[in-house]
Amino acid sequence: MTYAPSERRLDRIAYRRRQAIRSVLLAALSTAAVGTLLTVAVTGAPGWERVKTSFFDFPTARKYLPQILDGLWLNLRLLVVCATLAMALGLLVAVLRTLRGPVAFPVRAIATGYTYSFRGLPLIIVIYLFAFGIPGLRLQGIPSVLVLGAAAIIITYGAYLAEVFRAGIESVHPSQIAAARSLGLGYRQTMRHVVLPQAVRRVAPPLLNDTVALQKDVGLISLAGPIDAIRAAQIGVAQDANFTPYVVAGVLFMLLALPLIAVTDWVTLRAARRQNAGS
Amino acid sequence: MVLSCKNVRKTFGEHVILDDLSLDVDEHEVVALIGASGSGKSTLLRCVNLLEQVDDGTIHLDGDEITDPRADPDRVRQKIGLVFQSYNLFPHMTVLDNITLAPVRVHKKSPAEAKAQAMQWLERVGLAAKAGAYPDRLSGGQQQRVAIVRALVNQPRLLLLDEVTSALDPELVGEVLTMIRDLKGDGTTMVLATHEMGFARQVADRVAFLDGGRVLEQGPPSQVLGDPVEARTRQFLARIIEAGRL
Ligand SMILES: Nc1ncnc2c1ncn2[C@@H]1O[C@H](COP(=O)(O)OP(=O)(O)O)[C@@H](O)[C@H]1O
Ligand SMILES: [Mg+2]
Repeated sequence: MTYAPSERRLDRIAYRRRQAIRSVLLAALSTAAVGTLLTVAVTGAPGWERVKTSFFDFPTARKYLPQILDGLWLNLRLLVVCATLAMALGLLVAVLRTLRGPVAFPVRAIATGYTYSFRGLPLIIVIYLFAFGIPGLRLQGIPSVLVLGAAAIIITYGAYLAEVFRAGIESVHPSQIAAARSLGLGYRQTMRHVVLPQAVRRVAPPLLNDTVALQKDVGLISLAGPIDAIRAAQIGVAQDANFTPYVVAGVLFMLLALPLIAVTDWVTLRAARRQNAGS
Repeated sequence: MVLSCKNVRKTFGEHVILDDLSLDVDEHEVVALIGASGSGKSTLLRCVNLLEQVDDGTIHLDGDEITDPRADPDRVRQKIGLVFQSYNLFPHMTVLDNITLAPVRVHKKSPAEAKAQAMQWLERVGLAAKAGAYPDRLSGGQQQRVAIVRALVNQPRLLLLDEVTSALDPELVGEVLTMIRDLKGDGTTMVLATHEMGFARQVADRVAFLDGGRVLEQGPPSQVLGDPVEARTRQFLARIIEAGRL
């Protein structure tokens, strides 16, 4: 016998379709209403004209865009270098903290002291200490302020990332380690082939989140002098007594972050789905 | 003699788990460890595999003392296979990678050789089609058979099986037991902790009953399971029969 949908079923389908159309219309309507209200509230505010000329001035934006873009290129390179090195440092410190045995005690102590102190220190202060304190020593071969500032960022973020990695390592069930050791794998091989791959997968979402935060914080290097996007904007603001360059830099930073944020959301969603699948 | 445990003692804090336990296993012999839950079967197997350290007594493997603190645990474990109740496959690796990990990384075989050998085993146990699958795509019985293969490819002198069917749905127990029966046919030396008395009767050359931290009674399955000498053994078996497991 061939299946023919019953009256009942056709009814249900038709009803659901009507409901779906209604929801779309309602959503469009309410979005339009909220948008109109916001526009009226902002543009109707008594100070709007003044804010518009000092924050959203198109000629000023166009004038400083090239310098800010130049600066942003520095931010982007800094981000790639800092993120890579901070991850490597974090992973190394997290693994060092798992070492057992008396010989490893000093290593463990240093690693623990490092994660404790640098998670508490404000990044700005670390940058100042590195960029202005270290050159003050007047030693031979001290690198440029840019390198010192980057080192400050790497060391500070390394401490956060170390904790993320450690949480991941500890989330791997001891029975996985027992299984690896029972096969004759040594401690290092167990870490490398069994524990770390699972740990990193599990903490990928928070790791990427911290990278998004890092993306913004590399801008703090401007405090030490190098001309990044924020510093370029600052120069523009000072020259023209107009805040528009800041808005331009802000928008650019946001655009730069968008792909990373999208990837983070995607990875998080995938991780959540895998959890729900009950692997 | 492949394995020889002498006067082994193991405590967890105040808790004495193994107390003056002695057990010998000959080449090609299959010994079934039975005993109440918590009687120390897993602990004994973990001590033999050096996942736990004994407090006292000695364990010899092929005549070498493995409880000597100077013995390298990794070397010892390379000669002993251990299969867990909960399979413990590595979830981030395919079936094939699970199996070839130790041959490649520990026994330094070429990946091609390790793969060929793994595929031979998978074909033998009817899982060749699953070589590229991740463990979470396999049934419990399939996962456990992969775990056994993973231990076997290293050609261990001794295979330890810790209640390998306890976590399985009843209809999946058979496929794993069939595999173990085949291994006995190959002459594999095995110690298996089990709750499956019927199976112990079929495959074991000897049954050892663990009670009070020692081997209270041991002998051929027909004797220990059919006509036990010790009252404690009779009580244990009566409880098992009551639970419908014999
Ligand atoms: N790591 C441990 N720490 C403390 N107690 C343990 C540990 N492992 C096992 N035990 C205890 O040892 C006893 C024997 O456990 P086990 O060897 O697993 O018994 P069986 O496998 O025969 O059921 C149990 O009471 C258990 O709680
Ligand atoms: Mg047990």
